[in-house]
Amino acid sequence: MSVTEMFSYIQGFLSADQDIREDIRKVVQVLEQTAREILTVLQSVHQPSGFKDIPSKCLKARELFCTVRNHTGELKTKFPVEQYYRYHEHWRFVLQRLAFLAAFVVYLESESLVTREDVAEILGIEVNREKGFHLDVEDYLAGVLILASELSRLAVNSVTAGDYVRPLRISNFINELDYGFRLLNLKNDPLRKRYDGLKYDLKKIEEVVYDLSIRGLAKELEAGGDK
Amino acid sequence: MSKREDDRCGRKLKTEAEVCMNPDSSVIAAFKVFQQELDTKHDKHERLVKISRDVTIESKRTIFLLHRVTSVPDVEEILTEADVKLDAVRQKIGQIAEELKGEDLHQFHRAFTPGIQEYVEAVSFHHFIRHRTLISLEEINARLVFMRENKGEGEVACVLTFQITPTDYLLGVADLTGELMRMCISSVGNGDIDTPFQLSGFLRQIHDGFSYIGNTGPYEVSKKLHTLRQSLGKVEDACYTLRVRGSEIPKHMLVDVFTSRAATHLDPDEPMV
Repeated sequence: MSVTEMFSYIQGFLSADQDIREDIRKVVQVLEQTAREILTVLQSVHQPSGFKDIPSKCLKARELFCTVRNHTGELKTKFPVEQYYRYHEHWRFVLQRLAFLAAFVVYLESESLVTREDVAEILGIEVNREKGFHLDVEDYLAGVLILASELSRLAVNSVTAGDYVRPLRISNFINELDYGFRLLNLKNDPLRKRYDGLKYDLKKIEEVVYDLSIRGLAKELEAGGDK
Repeated sequence: MSKREDDRCGRKLKTEAEVCMNPDSSVIAAFKVFQQELDTKHDKHERLVKISRDVTIESKRTIFLLHRVTSVPDVEEILTEADVKLDAVRQKIGQIAEELKGEDLHQFHRAFTPGIQEYVEAVSFHHFIRHRTLISLEEINARLVFMRENKGEGEVACVLTFQITPTDYLLGVADLTGELMRMCISSVGNGDIDTPFQLSGFLRQIHDGFSYIGNTGPYEVSKKLHTLRQSLGKVEDACYTLRVRGSEIPKHMLVDVFTSRAATHLDPDEPMV
């Protein structure tokens, strides 16, 4: 094989690769758009009025996740499934956002941590690499960490809206998350950097809880609830 | 978080937190699974990095060995010795293939790509010295097939293959040009007049190939293209000097001319083609 032939073979490979990436980028763009729409819907829970109709917001978000499932279904067809990690960086970011949004919806509905299986189901993808287009565990964890900072914000805003009990529940939740993350041996990678931010979220919530308890606001309300 | 802040969080919260942090909670159980999963992945990554480093070292040694062909009478002996070394490298790559069995090659690609590129460089250098042609990707991959006997029951031997990606191949070939430049200069130093002309022709072909790919390739390729141009410039200059001065300077003095010229061309600000 001559040098020229060799190079044109490689050029062919490279341009095929570029085409696939181009296709993926297009689908990912649509996914990002949908993710932003869901975020807009869910952001309104921070409004004082938003606290009252959380269930309806969640329903609306759930509807939008149907669209997400369509797009992820399309994304799967754009490349050979065993080459997931070759193109991983293209959807890594949006998948983390979507994992966060799914986790946020589930938290608002049941105040519990979404499992990886549930996120995968909501997004219409798999958990295991062997089964096809899947949710990488690091992406799931990154999504959970975004949830933590969103919840620290929610704690602040729920106080503003007059709900003094929610911050306590959020505090417990985040504490448990922090405990869970401390079990992981993270390398010096993006996930680790994200995790380093968790302590600030924790601190913020603890300050809210502190403010509430030193003024007896949390107690007062709990006592009221007990009666 | 400072200790003071920890304290002021209130005692009541502490007890609450302890309650939900019992090891049976579903969250903790889930994180224990993640812990295992991540550890397995990181361990594999580390092992691959280690093998890759071994591959790099051995490949570099082979390249040094191959550079001696310009100064010894028996080329074949060195080539055979290099082949033995490369066989050892291939065994190492076999280990990589074993680690990657059932995995997505691209997930761990970053761990072993430096070693693989170095191997491509060594094996293509070896191939060039013997055949004066560019080794093709298929030829390289064809030698990366490994037989493994299953130690378990059945004794079925399985075939493991390792496929070098076109990108790694390309980057390895780009590095090869640096070695060829070095070989060109040192062969002039030994009074070999034909090799530089052969080399400059070959380098030009490779350069043309890279120009054809241009910026469509991955980012690293464009970076190496710069070095390739410099190498090509040095070799072309050497050929020029040979042609112009070759007739008037005695062979043993040509060496001095080249060492000084090569030195001036190390200047990175040299205008490109």
